[in-house]
Amino acid sequence: MMIQIFGIPIQALLGQLLVGLINGSFYAILSLGLAIIFGLLNIINFAHGAQYMLGAFAAWMSLTYLGVNYWVGLILAPLAVGIFGIIMERLMLRRLYHLDHLYGLLLTFGLALILEGLFRQFYGVSGLSYPIPEVFQGGVNLGFMFLPYYRAWVIVASLTVCFSTWFVIERTKLGAYLRAATENPELLQAFGINVPLMITLTFGYGVALAGFAGVLAAPIYQVTPVMGSNLIIVVFAVVVIGGMGSILGSIITGISLGLLEGLTKVFYPEASGVVVFVIMALVLLIRPAGLFGRVK
Amino acid sequence: MTKKRLLSAFGTGLALIMVASGASAAGLSDDVLKVGVMTDMSGAYSDLSGPGSAVAAQMAIEDYGGVVLGKKIEFTSADHQNKADIAANKAREWFDADKVDVIADLSTSSTALAVMEIADQKNKVTLISTGGSTKITNSNCIATNVHWTYDTYALAVGTGKAVVANGGDTWFFITADYAFGHSLEADTADVVTASGGKVLGKVRAPFPNADFSSFLLQAQASGAKIIGLANAGSDTINAIKQAKEFGITQNQTLAGLLIFITDINSLGLETAQGMMLTTGFYWDRDEESRAWSKRFQARHKSMPTMSQAGVYSSLMHYFKAVDKAGTDEAHAVMAAMKSMPINDMFAKNGYIRDDGRMIHDMYLVQVKKPSESKGPWDYYKVLRTIPGDEAYITPEKSACKFLKK
Amino acid sequence: MTGIAKTNRPLIGAALMLAILLIAPHLFYPVFLMKVLCFALFACAFNLLLGYVGLLSFGHAAFFGSAGYITAHAVKVLNFSPILGILLGVAVSSLLGLVIGWLAIRRSGIYFAMITLGFAQVVYFLSLQLPFTGGEDGIQGVPRGTLFGLVDLRDTMSMYYFVLVIFLCGFWLVYRTINSPFGQVLKAIRENEPRARSLGYDTDRFKLMAFVISAGLSGLAGGTKSLVFQLASLTDVNWHMSGEVVLMTLLGGMGTVLGPAVGALLVVTLNNYLAGFGSWVTIIIGVIFVSCVLAFRRGIVGEVMEKVRIWNSKDSR
Repeated sequence: MMIQIFGIPIQALLGQLLVGLINGSFYAILSLGLAIIFGLLNIINFAHGAQYMLGAFAAWMSLTYLGVNYWVGLILAPLAVGIFGIIMERLMLRRLYHLDHLYGLLLTFGLALILEGLFRQFYGVSGLSYPIPEVFQGGVNLGFMFLPYYRAWVIVASLTVCFSTWFVIERTKLGAYLRAATENPELLQAFGINVPLMITLTFGYGVALAGFAGVLAAPIYQVTPVMGSNLIIVVFAVVVIGGMGSILGSIITGISLGLLEGLTKVFYPEASGVVVFVIMALVLLIRPAGLFGRVK
Repeated sequence: MTKKRLLSAFGTGLALIMVASGASAAGLSDDVLKVGVMTDMSGAYSDLSGPGSAVAAQMAIEDYGGVVLGKKIEFTSADHQNKADIAANKAREWFDADKVDVIADLSTSSTALAVMEIADQKNKVTLISTGGSTKITNSNCIATNVHWTYDTYALAVGTGKAVVANGGDTWFFITADYAFGHSLEADTADVVTASGGKVLGKVRAPFPNADFSSFLLQAQASGAKIIGLANAGSDTINAIKQAKEFGITQNQTLAGLLIFITDINSLGLETAQGMMLTTGFYWDRDEESRAWSKRFQARHKSMPTMSQAGVYSSLMHYFKAVDKAGTDEAHAVMAAMKSMPINDMFAKNGYIRDDGRMIHDMYLVQVKKPSESKGPWDYYKVLRTIPGDEAYITPEKSACKFLKK
Repeated sequence: MTGIAKTNRPLIGAALMLAILLIAPHLFYPVFLMKVLCFALFACAFNLLLGYVGLLSFGHAAFFGSAGYITAHAVKVLNFSPILGILLGVAVSSLLGLVIGWLAIRRSGIYFAMITLGFAQVVYFLSLQLPFTGGEDGIQGVPRGTLFGLVDLRDTMSMYYFVLVIFLCGFWLVYRTINSPFGQVLKAIRENEPRARSLGYDTDRFKLMAFVISAGLSGLAGGTKSLVFQLASLTDVNWHMSGEVVLMTLLGGMGTVLGPAVGALLVVTLNNYLAGFGSWVTIIIGVIFVSCVLAFRRGIVGEVMEKVRIWNSKDSR
C-alpha cells in the first residue's frame, strides 16, 4: 500500500481532490439545510434525504410534464419542495415543539418512508434519466483531468448558495432575528416579530436547500426513489462531526469530508464507504461536541 | 449418476403405483397444480423481474390451456422484498399450507438459495430465473431445482472472451466490493487472461455507491481499452452515466457484466451506446421470440427481460414434464424435464444438466447507436451466439455433488 | 377491587399469557410465531434503552444482525451446538455494544440517535464485505442441530418451545432489570440526568451498562432468529431494521413492559399479510409512524393502561 501512495502522481491526486470537492459541495448544502432546521427548530429532519429525492423528481417532472428547461426547474423544484416543507411544518411538526426532540426525528422518519414508498410505487426503482442541460454538455481538459462543465457548475452553484446563506444568517439584520429566535423566542415575540411565521419560513428554506441539491444531482445521478436514503446517513455523520454549532462549520465540514473521502478513494477505496463514520468515531473520542459544536 | 437415474426412475414408478392405488385418476398430490411466483415486487429488481415475471407466468398458464393432467393450474404470487428470511418463511407456508408445487423466478441469490433449501426439505421444485449466483448449481445445488435463464459466470465469460477476441485485450475493473462483485470480477479476469488479454488494474467501490467519478478517473488513468463493470443495478447505471459525462467512452469501451434490457431502457441509447454485454434472451432474435414478446408487451407495457422470458419458458417446460410424468412428484417431474430438450421462444435445443443448470445459447450483444435504432426497445445488435456448452461452467469444473461420479 | 386482587392481577395475566404461548403453535403457523417471538424479544431489549433510559438508538440492527451472523457461522462452520452458538452471538453483540455504547453515550438526544445510526452503518459495510458473511447471499442452510444431544430442533414444534424458553428468559431478564434498584436509577436518569448525577450516581456507567444489556439481548434475539430461519442475511443489519424496531416499540408503547411485544406482533403480522402489496408496505409503515407520533404517543399498551388508570381512579373516588 505504501508504494502505491507514493506511486500516485500529483496530477491524479489533483483530479481526485476536485472530484472530492464536487461531492463535498453536495454534503455541504445538505448539512447546511439540516443545520439551519436544527438550529432553529431543534429537530433533526430525517426526511431531508427524501426531500432531496423530491427535488430531483420535481426537476424531472417539470421537464417531462411541463416541458420547462433546467434553469426554470432549478427555481421551480426547490420552491415546490420548500412549500411541501412548509405544509409539513404547519400541519405536523408544529404540534411537537413542546415535546422531546426525538418525536420530531421519528415523525420525519415516517414521512421519509411514505415519500420513498409512494415514489417507488409510481415510478419504479430503475430510475429516470435527466439529461445534462445543453449549455453544460461536454467539458474542459484541465491537463490532470477532464472536468465536465456540469460538475464545475455544481461546485459554483452550491458554494454560492452555501456562502450567501451564511452571509444572510451571520451578517444581516434578518439573520440576527433568526439567531435571536433560537436563543430567546419569547423576547423576540415581545418585540412584535412574528416568530412562528419566521420558523415556518426558515424550515421551508432548509427543506428547499435539500430540493436544490436534488435538482443539482438529477443530471449526474440516476433519479431514483432511494437516492436520498443512503446519502442522508452520511450527511448525519457529517453533522455529528461538524457539531452543528455554526452555519459556517457545517459548510466547512461538508466540503472537507468530501475531499477526505475523495482521497480515500485513491489510497484505500475499500474504506471509502466507511471513512466518514471512522472520522466520526475519532472526533467523538477527542471532541464529543463536534469540531464546531458548543457544549451545552 | 446411474444410481441417481435409477433412483429417480424408481421414484417415478413408486409415484405411479401410488397414483394407481389412489382413488383419484389424475396424478396430482392434490386436486390442483399450484404455481407460485416469488419475486421482488417493489425493490431494486422489480423492473427486471417483479410484476413482469408474474405476467409471464400467467401467460404460460393460459398458453398451456390452464389444465394439466385434467386438473386446473392455479397461480399465486408473493413479494419476497429481497429478504431471505421473508422468502424462506413464505416458501414454507406455501409448501405446508397452500399446496404450492413449484416456485418460479426468485430475484436475488440470497432468496433463491434460501427457498432452494426448503424446497429440498419438502421435495418441491424451484425454477430460478432472476437470481444469478453460480452457487445455485454448484456448492448449494439440490436435486429439484433448475437454474433457467443465466448465471453470473455465463455473463462474465461470454463478455470477457468475446471482447478480448474483438481486440479489447487490456482491462480495468470497477468492482462492487462484496462477494457478488468479487466473483464476477474473478471469473471475468480469468477468462480475459486465458484468452490472451491483460488485466491492468482494478478498484473496489463500496456498495451501494452513487458517485463513480473517482473510480472512473482511475480507470481512465490506467489506459485500459476496456472498463469492466463488475456491479449491478443502479450502481451500473450510475457508472455508465458518469462514464459518458467524463468523456471516458470516447477512448475506452465499457463492458457491463450484469445488465438487463430494462437498465438500457432507463439509461437511454444516447448514454448506453457502444456497450457490450451478454444476455440469455433478446426479444428481437427470431419470429418466435418477437411474436411472444409483442404479446407480453401488450400486457406489461414493456418488452420482456431475459428473466421474465425465462419464467415463461421454465413453467411451460415444467407443465409438459408434469403431463409426461403423470404426476407432480418433484423427482419424477425433474426426470421428465431432463429427458426433453427445450425448444421454444426462449431457447433452441436447450437441455437440463444434473446440477440443475439449463444449458442454452447465450448472446453477446452491443448496444446500438441512437441512429441505428428503429424505435423503442430496438436496442441490441447480436454480435455472436455463444453455444451453451461454451457459455456455462463445464461439468468438470462444477462443484455440484450430482455431477460427481 | 381489593388490594390482594390487585397484586395478584399481574400473576394471573402472566399465567394466561404463558398458556396462550404454549398452545399457540397448535393454532397458528409455528414459524410465524417464532418470528414474532424473536422480534418481540428484540423490541423488549430495545425498549430497555428507549423506554427506561430515554436513549433512542437508531442502530440496533447492528447488534441483532451481527449476532445472527456469528451464531450462523459458529453453528454451521465451527460445528457449535445451538446454545453455544447463540451464546457466542450474544457475547459478540454485547462486546460490540460496549464499544459503540462507550462512544455514543458521550452525546444524548438526537446526536445519540445519529451516532448509533452511523456505527450501525459501519457494521453493515463489514457484514457486506467480510469473507465469512457471504456478501449478499448471506449464510444459508444453517443446521438447527440438537439440544443437549437429545431434542432434535429440526422438528418445528421442538424449535418453537426452544425459542419460547429463550424468549421467556430474555423477557424475564428485561423485567428484572427494570424492577431492580439498577432500573430505578435508569428511570431517574431518564427523568433528570443532572439530578441523578448530583445524587452521586455515575450516570455514564449506568447508561453504558443498560446499553450493553440491551445490545446483548438484541443479539440473543438475532442469534435465535438465524437458527429459526436457518440463515443470516443483510436484512437484519440494514438500517431499515433499526427503524422497524423503533416502530414496534413506539406502536406498542415505549416504557411499558408488554408494549414492545405487542408492537412486534402487529408489525410482523402486517409485514406478513401485506407482503403482496409491494411498496404499500413501506407507505403504511410510514403512516403508522406518523400517526403514532401525532396521535397516540403512548402506544397501544400505554393508551390502554392510561384508560385503566383513569377508570380506576374514578372507581376509587
